Amino acid sequence: MASYRTPLGRARGLGAAHHGASHWLAERVSAIALVPLVLWAIFGVLRLATLDYQGAVLWVSSPLNAVLLVLLTATAYWHMHAGMRVIVEDYIHKTLTKAVLLMLNLSVSVLVGVLAIFSILKVALGGAL
Amino acid sequence: MIDAERPLSPHIQVWRWHLTMFTSIAHRASGAGLYVGALILAGWAVALGAGPAAYDGYMHLLGSPLGKLVMFLLTLGVFYHLANGIRHLIWDTGKGLDVKSANFSGVVAIAFAIVATLVIWGIAITTGAA
Repeated sequence: MASYRTPLGRARGLGAAHHGASHWLAERVSAIALVPLVLWAIFGVLRLATLDYQGAVLWVSSPLNAVLLVLLTATAYWHMHAGMRVIVEDYIHKTLTKAVLLMLNLSVSVLVGVLAIFSILKVALGGAL
Repeated sequence: MIDAERPLSPHIQVWRWHLTMFTSIAHRASGAGLYVGALILAGWAVALGAGPAAYDGYMHLLGSPLGKLVMFLLTLGVFYHLANGIRHLIWDTGKGLDVKSANFSGVVAIAFAIVATLVIWGIAITTGAA
Protein backbone atom coordinates (compact mmCIF):
# COMPACT_ATOMS: atom_id res chain seq x y z
CA MET A 1 0.00 0.00 0.00
CA ALA A 2 1.23 3.48 -0.83
CA SER A 3 2.30 5.63 2.09
CA TYR A 4 0.46 8.94 2.42
CA ARG A 5 2.95 10.39 4.89
CA THR A 6 4.95 13.44 3.86
CA PRO A 7 8.75 13.13 3.81
CA LEU A 8 8.90 15.50 6.84
CA GLY A 9 6.33 13.42 8.75
CA ARG A 10 8.31 10.25 8.05
CA ALA A 11 11.59 11.87 9.15
CA ARG A 12 10.09 13.07 12.45
CA GLY A 13 8.66 9.60 13.07
CA LEU A 14 5.65 10.97 14.95
CA GLY A 15 2.25 9.27 15.11
CA ALA A 16 0.83 6.14 16.70
CA ALA A 17 3.31 3.60 18.04
CA HIS A 18 0.88 0.80 17.05
CA HIS A 19 1.01 -0.99 20.37
CA GLY A 20 -1.63 1.01 22.26
CA ALA A 21 -4.32 -1.63 21.75
CA SER A 22 -2.42 -4.40 23.57
CA HIS A 23 -2.11 -2.26 26.74
CA TRP A 24 -5.81 -1.39 26.61
CA LEU A 25 -6.78 -5.02 26.03
CA ALA A 26 -4.50 -6.45 28.74
CA GLU A 27 -6.00 -4.03 31.28
CA ARG A 28 -9.48 -5.41 30.43
CA VAL A 29 -8.40 -9.06 30.45
CA SER A 30 -6.83 -8.62 33.91
CA ALA A 31 -10.00 -6.78 35.05
CA ILE A 32 -12.21 -9.72 34.01
CA ALA A 33 -9.89 -12.23 35.74
CA LEU A 34 -9.93 -10.11 38.91
CA VAL A 35 -13.75 -10.23 39.26
CA PRO A 36 -13.90 -13.85 40.57
CA LEU A 37 -10.45 -13.63 42.23
CA VAL A 38 -11.39 -10.55 44.28
CA LEU A 39 -14.79 -11.98 45.29
CA TRP A 40 -12.98 -15.14 46.49
CA ALA A 41 -10.38 -13.00 48.31
CA ILE A 42 -13.03 -11.04 50.25
CA PHE A 43 -14.34 -14.28 51.76
CA GLY A 44 -10.73 -15.40 52.28
CA VAL A 45 -10.06 -12.27 54.35
CA LEU A 46 -13.24 -12.92 56.41
CA ARG A 47 -11.95 -16.45 57.13
CA LEU A 48 -8.33 -15.44 57.82
CA ALA A 49 -9.37 -12.70 60.25
CA THR A 50 -10.74 -15.39 62.60
CA LEU A 51 -7.61 -17.61 62.36
CA ASP A 52 -4.32 -17.42 64.29
CA TYR A 53 -0.86 -17.92 62.75
CA GLN A 54 -1.13 -21.72 62.71
CA GLY A 55 -4.58 -21.57 61.11
CA ALA A 56 -3.44 -19.05 58.50
CA VAL A 57 -0.47 -21.24 57.53
CA LEU A 58 -2.78 -24.26 57.13
CA TRP A 59 -5.20 -22.16 55.06
CA VAL A 60 -2.44 -20.97 52.73
CA SER A 61 -1.05 -24.55 52.54
CA SER A 62 -4.23 -25.73 50.82
CA PRO A 63 -3.27 -26.04 47.12
CA LEU A 64 -6.41 -24.27 45.88
CA ASN A 65 -5.93 -21.33 48.26
CA ALA A 66 -2.21 -21.08 47.45
CA VAL A 67 -2.78 -21.10 43.68
CA LEU A 68 -5.65 -18.59 43.85
CA LEU A 69 -3.55 -16.32 46.12
CA VAL A 70 -0.64 -16.39 43.65
CA LEU A 71 -2.97 -15.73 40.70
CA LEU A 72 -4.71 -12.92 42.60
CA THR A 73 -1.39 -11.29 43.47
CA ALA A 74 0.05 -11.59 39.96
CA THR A 75 -3.13 -10.31 38.26
CA ALA A 76 -3.79 -7.55 40.80
CA TYR A 77 -0.20 -6.28 40.63
CA TRP A 78 -0.27 -6.33 36.82
CA HIS A 79 -3.61 -4.46 36.81
CA MET A 80 -2.58 -1.88 39.42
CA HIS A 81 0.67 -1.19 37.56
CA ALA A 82 -1.28 -0.63 34.33
CA GLY A 83 -3.84 1.62 36.07
CA MET A 84 -1.28 3.74 37.91
CA ARG A 85 0.73 4.07 34.70
CA VAL A 86 -2.27 5.62 32.94
CA ILE A 87 -2.89 7.97 35.90
CA VAL A 88 0.75 9.18 35.77
CA GLU A 89 0.65 9.54 31.97
CA ASP A 90 -2.59 11.55 32.18
CA TYR A 91 -1.68 13.99 34.93
CA ILE A 92 2.13 14.35 34.98
CA HIS A 93 3.41 16.28 31.99
CA LYS A 94 6.98 17.13 33.01
CA THR A 95 9.07 14.62 31.06
CA LEU A 96 11.61 13.83 33.80
CA THR A 97 9.06 13.64 36.64
CA LYS A 98 6.88 11.38 34.51
CA ALA A 99 9.80 9.06 33.68
CA VAL A 100 10.81 8.82 37.36
CA LEU A 101 7.24 8.09 38.51
CA LEU A 102 6.70 5.47 35.77
CA MET A 103 9.89 3.66 36.77
CA LEU A 104 8.97 3.93 40.46
CA ASN A 105 5.54 2.43 39.69
CA LEU A 106 7.15 -0.45 37.78
CA SER A 107 9.80 -1.06 40.48
CA VAL A 108 7.32 -1.04 43.38
CA SER A 109 4.85 -3.28 41.52
CA VAL A 110 7.45 -5.88 40.53
CA LEU A 111 9.40 -5.87 43.83
CA VAL A 112 6.40 -6.04 46.17
CA GLY A 113 4.44 -8.38 43.90
CA VAL A 114 7.29 -10.89 43.68
CA LEU A 115 7.93 -10.58 47.45
CA ALA A 116 4.28 -11.44 48.12
CA ILE A 117 4.23 -14.40 45.68
CA PHE A 118 7.51 -15.77 47.07
CA SER A 119 6.16 -15.51 50.64
CA ILE A 120 2.93 -17.31 49.70
CA LEU A 121 4.90 -20.12 48.02
CA LYS A 122 7.29 -20.39 50.98
CA VAL A 123 4.37 -20.81 53.40
CA ALA A 124 2.45 -23.13 51.05
CA LEU A 125 5.46 -25.38 50.44
CA GLY A 126 6.00 -25.84 54.16
CA GLY A 127 8.82 -23.43 54.90
CA ALA A 128 6.92 -21.55 57.63
CA LEU A 129 6.10 -24.30 60.15
CA MET B 1 9.73 16.25 24.04
CA ILE B 2 9.06 19.92 24.87
CA ASP B 3 7.18 20.60 28.14
CA ALA B 4 4.64 23.04 26.65
CA GLU B 5 2.53 25.24 28.95
CA ARG B 6 -0.86 24.35 27.51
CA PRO B 7 -4.23 24.05 29.30
CA LEU B 8 -4.51 20.50 30.61
CA SER B 9 -7.41 18.16 31.25
CA PRO B 10 -9.28 17.61 33.57
CA HIS B 11 -10.95 21.04 33.62
CA ILE B 12 -12.55 20.52 37.02
CA GLN B 13 -12.78 24.25 37.75
CA VAL B 14 -15.01 25.03 34.76
CA TRP B 15 -17.24 21.95 34.79
CA ARG B 16 -20.60 21.64 36.45
CA TRP B 17 -20.48 18.68 38.82
CA HIS B 18 -22.54 15.72 37.62
CA LEU B 19 -22.88 12.05 38.54
CA THR B 20 -20.90 10.49 35.68
CA MET B 21 -18.04 12.88 36.47
CA PHE B 22 -18.09 11.79 40.11
CA THR B 23 -18.15 8.08 39.20
CA SER B 24 -15.20 8.56 36.83
CA ILE B 25 -13.09 10.41 39.43
CA ALA B 26 -14.11 7.90 42.12
CA HIS B 27 -12.97 5.02 39.86
CA ARG B 28 -9.46 6.46 39.68
CA ALA B 29 -9.44 7.43 43.35
CA SER B 30 -10.57 3.95 44.45
CA GLY B 31 -8.01 2.40 42.08
CA ALA B 32 -5.23 4.45 43.65
CA GLY B 33 -6.55 3.47 47.11
CA LEU B 34 -6.52 -0.21 46.12
CA TYR B 35 -2.86 0.20 45.11
CA VAL B 36 -2.25 0.77 48.83
CA GLY B 37 -4.59 -2.15 49.58
CA ALA B 38 -2.47 -4.45 47.38
CA LEU B 39 0.62 -3.34 49.31
CA ILE B 40 -1.20 -4.21 52.57
CA LEU B 41 -2.04 -7.67 51.13
CA ALA B 42 1.63 -8.17 50.22
CA GLY B 43 2.61 -7.07 53.75
CA TRP B 44 0.29 -9.76 55.12
CA ALA B 45 1.93 -12.46 52.94
CA VAL B 46 5.45 -11.32 53.87
CA ALA B 47 4.52 -11.26 57.60
CA LEU B 48 3.09 -14.79 57.34
CA GLY B 49 6.29 -15.95 55.65
CA ALA B 50 8.40 -14.22 58.33
CA GLY B 51 6.91 -16.22 61.24
CA PRO B 52 4.45 -16.12 64.17
CA ALA B 53 5.82 -12.96 65.89
CA ALA B 54 5.74 -10.87 62.70
CA TYR B 55 2.31 -12.26 61.76
CA ASP B 56 0.72 -11.58 65.17
CA GLY B 57 2.14 -8.05 65.09
CA TYR B 58 0.77 -7.43 61.60
CA MET B 59 -2.70 -8.82 62.43
CA HIS B 60 -2.72 -6.72 65.64
CA LEU B 61 -2.02 -3.64 63.49
CA LEU B 62 -4.86 -4.53 61.05
CA GLY B 63 -7.22 -5.13 64.01
CA SER B 64 -6.50 -1.74 65.63
CA PRO B 65 -9.12 1.05 65.23
CA LEU B 66 -7.01 2.70 62.50
CA GLY B 67 -6.45 -0.70 60.84
CA LYS B 68 -10.18 -1.38 60.85
CA LEU B 69 -10.92 2.06 59.36
CA VAL B 70 -8.41 1.36 56.55
CA MET B 71 -9.94 -2.10 55.97
CA PHE B 72 -13.45 -0.58 55.88
CA LEU B 73 -12.43 2.03 53.31
CA LEU B 74 -10.67 -0.69 51.28
CA THR B 75 -13.85 -2.79 51.32
CA LEU B 76 -15.80 0.18 49.98
CA GLY B 77 -13.05 0.81 47.40
CA VAL B 78 -12.99 -2.83 46.26
CA PHE B 79 -16.76 -3.05 45.78
CA TYR B 80 -16.99 0.33 44.05
CA HIS B 81 -14.05 -0.36 41.71
CA LEU B 82 -15.49 -3.82 40.99
CA ALA B 83 -19.00 -2.54 40.16
CA ASN B 84 -17.79 0.48 38.21
CA GLY B 85 -15.19 -1.68 36.45
CA ILE B 86 -17.97 -3.96 35.20
CA ARG B 87 -19.81 -0.79 34.10
CA HIS B 88 -16.70 0.14 32.08
CA LEU B 89 -16.53 -3.36 30.55
CA ILE B 90 -20.17 -3.03 29.45
CA TRP B 91 -19.38 0.38 27.92
CA ASP B 92 -16.46 -1.26 26.05
CA THR B 93 -19.02 -3.37 24.15
CA GLY B 94 -20.64 -0.10 23.00
CA LYS B 95 -23.76 -0.46 25.18
CA GLY B 96 -25.16 1.85 27.87
CA LEU B 97 -23.31 4.97 26.76
CA ASP B 98 -26.30 7.33 26.54
CA VAL B 99 -26.73 9.83 29.40
CA LYS B 100 -29.79 8.17 30.92
CA SER B 101 -28.22 4.68 31.03
CA ALA B 102 -24.87 6.04 32.24
CA ASN B 103 -26.54 7.94 35.11
CA PHE B 104 -28.60 4.89 36.06
CA SER B 105 -25.63 2.48 36.05
CA GLY B 106 -23.67 5.05 38.07
CA VAL B 107 -26.34 5.01 40.80
CA VAL B 108 -26.35 1.19 40.69
CA ALA B 109 -22.54 1.03 41.10
CA ILE B 110 -22.57 3.41 44.10
CA ALA B 111 -25.54 1.64 45.73
CA PHE B 112 -23.92 -1.78 45.22
CA ALA B 113 -20.65 -0.58 46.80
CA ILE B 114 -22.43 0.74 49.91
CA VAL B 115 -24.77 -2.25 50.36
CA ALA B 116 -22.07 -4.90 49.71
CA THR B 117 -19.68 -3.17 52.15
CA LEU B 118 -22.33 -3.12 54.88
CA VAL B 119 -23.22 -6.79 54.23
CA ILE B 120 -19.56 -7.92 54.40
CA TRP B 121 -18.96 -5.94 57.62
CA GLY B 122 -22.19 -7.35 59.03
CA ILE B 123 -20.84 -10.86 58.32
CA ALA B 124 -17.44 -9.87 59.76
CA ILE B 125 -18.98 -8.63 63.01
CA THR B 126 -21.28 -11.66 63.48
CA THR B 127 -18.48 -14.18 62.73
CA GLY B 128 -15.98 -12.40 64.97
CA ALA B 129 -13.72 -11.42 62.05
CA ALA B 130 -14.02 -7.71 62.92
